[in-house]
Amino acid sequence: MNDMTLMERKVETQDIKIEASDVQVHYGDTHAIKDVNVKIEDKTVTAFIGPSGCGKSTFLRCLNRMNDTIQTCRFTGKILLDGEDIYDKRVDPVQLRAKVGMVFQKPNPFPKSIYDNVAYGPKIHGMFNTKSELDEIVETALRRAAIWEEVKDRLQAPGTGLSGGQQQRLCIARAVATKPEVLLMDEPCSALDPIATAQVEELIDELGQRFSVVIVTHSMQQAARVSQKTAFFHMGNLVEFGETGQVFTNPKDPRTESYITGRIG
Amino acid sequence: MTTFWLVACLILLSAAGFALGRHRALASAGGQVRNLHSLPNYYGANVALSISVPALAVLAVWLLAQPMFIETRVASTIPSHLIPENTNIGLMMSDVRRISEGLNIAISQGIMSKSEVVFLDAETSDLRSRLGSLGIALGSDVRPEILDAARSYRSMSHDGRLMMTIVVGLLALIGFSRSYGRTDKDYRARNVVERGVMGLLIVAASLAVLTTVGIVFSMLFETVNFFGQHGWRDFFFGTTWAPNFRGDSELSMLPLLWGTLYISFIALLVAVPVGLFAAIYLSEYATATTRSFAKPLLEILAGIPTIVYGLFALLTVGPMLVKVFGRGDQGLLGLDWMSGATSVLTAGLVMGIMLIPFVSSLSDDIINAVPQSMRDGSLGLGATKSETVRQVVIPAALPGIVGAVLLAASRAIGETMIVVMGAGAIAKLSVNPLESMTTITTRIVSQLTGDTDFSSPETLVAFALGLSLFVLTLGLNILALYIVRTYREQYD
Repeated sequence: MNDMTLMERKVETQDIKIEASDVQVHYGDTHAIKDVNVKIEDKTVTAFIGPSGCGKSTFLRCLNRMNDTIQTCRFTGKILLDGEDIYDKRVDPVQLRAKVGMVFQKPNPFPKSIYDNVAYGPKIHGMFNTKSELDEIVETALRRAAIWEEVKDRLQAPGTGLSGGQQQRLCIARAVATKPEVLLMDEPCSALDPIATAQVEELIDELGQRFSVVIVTHSMQQAARVSQKTAFFHMGNLVEFGETGQVFTNPKDPRTESYITGRIG
Repeated sequence: MTTFWLVACLILLSAAGFALGRHRALASAGGQVRNLHSLPNYYGANVALSISVPALAVLAVWLLAQPMFIETRVASTIPSHLIPENTNIGLMMSDVRRISEGLNIAISQGIMSKSEVVFLDAETSDLRSRLGSLGIALGSDVRPEILDAARSYRSMSHDGRLMMTIVVGLLALIGFSRSYGRTDKDYRARNVVERGVMGLLIVAASLAVLTTVGIVFSMLFETVNFFGQHGWRDFFFGTTWAPNFRGDSELSMLPLLWGTLYISFIALLVAVPVGLFAAIYLSEYATATTRSFAKPLLEILAGIPTIVYGLFALLTVGPMLVKVFGRGDQGLLGLDWMSGATSVLTAGLVMGIMLIPFVSSLSDDIINAVPQSMRDGSLGLGATKSETVRQVVIPAALPGIVGAVLLAASRAIGETMIVVMGAGAIAKLSVNPLESMTTITTRIVSQLTGDTDFSSPETLVAFALGLSLFVLTLGLNILALYIVRTYREQYD
């Protein structure tokens, strides 16, 4: 119980990074997200859980406007990042995605060398002046993704030649290299074995101390392990949002309880 | 019996066998389909296949082998001193064939009786004029040895044909009795037919391969003939293409090869960027509706016959280019660089247009095969669409695109009609794209058409050119396949 109060106090001190209000998403005729309101805090790991098809990934993709690339997708509502509406006409989604990075379910390294994979974002955004600055950015990002020791001797080897867990950490390094303020992770461990999962989870924990991390996961244990806040989605609704400890031990909504205890899902 | 009637009989027999086999199978199961091992049609098909397949196979082999066998037998009877200088046994044999054919016609028209043919004397019967009146023209008077050869040719063909009919008929009957006898409700007709179907498929596949081999060999023989009459040094390393029929032609491939490669290069210069950009637009930018009508429209280009492209080159593009680059002060640029409508540029431009759908539709498929997760990864890092295409999608699709370009190149090299009409007929080694040049394909056409002696080097060079072209495009195709296979990223 002591633990719980500690966490609460910590959360209260954080600023709100993302504030979503009245978010509705339609895919053609399907109403995928219904009226979601949520506040995501800075320097916190927030987990989205829920059964398949509940809309958690869709909502995650709204946060950096990745849904724009899907033609049938329609969005209404408001998402504020640092108080600015990211769906405002003046906002360039490309700039936004540099600020709100994303890691995907399946590791998707580019068919380039490990170095070029990490340098891809910084090169596009012109984040360096000299080659040595770029080297430094790449090294820092790889260190942050806890993969530097494994790849430092073969930076020019193709990224696709790494193992699955290494590839996923490379993708995290790639996302970290653009110095995002928010990192979105869409089931980042679902294609990994338990050991690689543990490494990535440790990494998420560390990244959560620097910036806001939002992670979609199917594993409730993972949500409990890595997140401070948890949101439970069901049929496109945000059913419950609160501190992880509270959601898992003392859910307010009966649907959350059913899901957590394995009765729906 | 002629082959036609033989085949017709076989088909009738197979149809009858089908009905009988089906009936017998049903009868053995007491009319209940569920008591049969296989469906009734399988029993019918089994009988029909047993009748027709071995018989038809033997028929085909026999038809191919009999003339060869008889020719060698008859040719060996012709004494070698009879063969004049500068001709060969082949010419004598064509005389023999013609005489025996003439005798057949004479008999069928009632001019000669069968017994008259047997006792025909070459010295007295004036065979040449008698056959001439039947429409069989012979080059010289008939010698007794040749007449004997023709007679034995005729009787051997006749006997062979009779034997063939008997053997094929027997095979069909054996096939029928064996399969009909086996037909019973427990017989596994379905499995047997399945094997038969596999056999048919194998035959179809090997026919395609064998045809290729046959084409290569037919070209190879004539090419060897050509190099027997004309030096290979001049062909491969000479610089002049000047065929004439006095016998001192300079036949070298280089000017033609240069024209071919130059025109293909210009064609690719047009087709690759336009086709690739079109493919990128269609696969990355276009909405589903745009794509659904733009792609078929683009592919219509591929359906236009090349002769129509040739007309387009000759009547539209050529004069337009002359207007731009020629006519001195009256031209658009005031230049006088181009006089005729046919030029390397004309043919290259039009051929490039022809290749656009080829490049774009192949590249489109390849770009679409790049997984969406690659694009998501790049877009998720804040790259724009064109940055994503340039730095992630194209590099991932590059091996496939290179393969597509090489395939387009081999199309360009082998293209004929556009260059016949658009490129001109003058063989020369020049770098000026506004001059007319000629290509390997157009020269093959012009060397083989027209009234020429088929055994002269001027004609045979067409085969050497054809084989060179074949080797060139084959090499390109193999290279394309190699690149695609080796550098293809494996996405699951």
